[in-house]
Amino acid sequence: MSPCRERIPLNGSHPRDSWGISPTCRVDAIRVPPSRISLSKQEKALLGNVAFMLSASTEDGGFVGPSIMEFFPPSFLFVGTPFEINRIIMIRIVMATLLILLFWLGTRKMTIVPGRFQSLIEMGLDLVRVNIAEDLLGKKDGARFLPLLTTIFWATLFLNIPGIIPGFNIAGTSLVGMPIVMAVIAYVMFIYAGLRKHPGTFLKASLFPPGVPWPIYIIVTPIEFFSIFILRPITLSLRLLMNMVAGHLLLVLCFTATQFFLFEAEGGFKLFGAGTLAFGFIFSLFEILVAVLQAYVFTLLTTVYIQLALAEEH
Amino acid sequence: MLPAISAVIAAEENPNPLLPAVADLVWSSIVFVVILIFFLWKILPNMKKMLDARAAAIEGKIADAEVVQREAEQALTQYTAQLAEARSEAVVIREAARADGKNIVDEAKDAAAAEAARITATAHAQIEAERQSAIVSLRTEVGSLAIDLARQVIGEALDDDKKSKALVDRFLADLEKNEKVKK
Repeated sequence: MSPCRERIPLNGSHPRDSWGISPTCRVDAIRVPPSRISLSKQEKALLGNVAFMLSASTEDGGFVGPSIMEFFPPSFLFVGTPFEINRIIMIRIVMATLLILLFWLGTRKMTIVPGRFQSLIEMGLDLVRVNIAEDLLGKKDGARFLPLLTTIFWATLFLNIPGIIPGFNIAGTSLVGMPIVMAVIAYVMFIYAGLRKHPGTFLKASLFPPGVPWPIYIIVTPIEFFSIFILRPITLSLRLLMNMVAGHLLLVLCFTATQFFLFEAEGGFKLFGAGTLAFGFIFSLFEILVAVLQAYVFTLLTTVYIQLALAEEH
Repeated sequence: MLPAISAVIAAEENPNPLLPAVADLVWSSIVFVVILIFFLWKILPNMKKMLDARAAAIEGKIADAEVVQREAEQALTQYTAQLAEARSEAVVIREAARADGKNIVDEAKDAAAAEAARITATAHAQIEAERQSAIVSLRTEVGSLAIDLARQVIGEALDDDKKSKALVDRFLADLEKNEKVKK
């Protein structure tokens, strides 16, 4: 079976767009049969169980689970250019606009004695300023990196949260570009912070930790290099991406299963619909927690990396 | 038996979610940079300005309160001093008033006593004068009466004044002598 069995010509030729998918493939993906489901590793086991339980009722091919194609919706604007816009990108733009609007309204006329709205905005900004930046970096360095950290936190949170907002239903960070861009910025920032604070000695101190007998460097230095300069940005971006991808797939699975059980399954199986709906509800709440937590973790780790770079011992 | 499970593991022809597309990176960067610029340019400066203003306001209020308190303390000491001063002044005034009153009473007493003495003296003098005049007039009248009587008694005119006067004086002297003896 080819992945694009039903090649429906939409506009004659099908050049692969910048997402690396031909339009017809996408059409195919939307009604991908169970045998086409592809997931991140941590979801595979879970989905495997569910699929096993469902296998009895999906003999007729009625149930369609979520696929990785969830994250590659068709582009509808500037197709074929580097500015191609699909649903997820549009959600990013909308959420960024909302974020800017909210904070602009909240900080436009700040008064010494805050009103309710201003108190909320202040709480939001102080969360990063006091609890992350000043706690870990101190007042001076905290103020230096504050704009970046505030942006990372609020951008991540606002791009995570559409995952449970009805109508959006997918996080802006569940497409790998956003986590990569932010991880690269964090990476550049902590290396910059280290080089600026300890010019010349930063790399040496990072790769050759002091107080270690020299033969150990043969094993320690590659490990340090790997963990600091390669693993950090990768884990930073993958942690966020995978949390959002898994959360989205889980929600889609719960709600499509509910749909299937309630309207397509026969007799007693309809009861399963209530269960899957309840799970969908619980995981929706859980996704709020994950959205906030991932934004916090991303910001906190960036801050910790900067702190380590600044405090490198010599 | 389990086509679903094998299907889950198979089928990796789909796009790799770990490889970013160009548009994805472009838009991620745009979104991030726009938000970053906005926070750098507007939101955080606004917040900083407000926090500085708030700190200044709080410090200013504390300083104001200190000034006010110092003023109040000053006013209190001043008031207490004034009160003490007023009290001592009152004591002085009261003492003076008491002394003045005593003086006035004494003066009035003295004046009254002097007046009384004067009135008494005048009365004495008047009485004395009246007695003297009474004595004189009595002596004259009694003399002539007695002479008239004696003339009539002895029928002889004692025309010689000198003689009669001497006679009267002798008579009166006898009279006084008799009175003194009686006493």
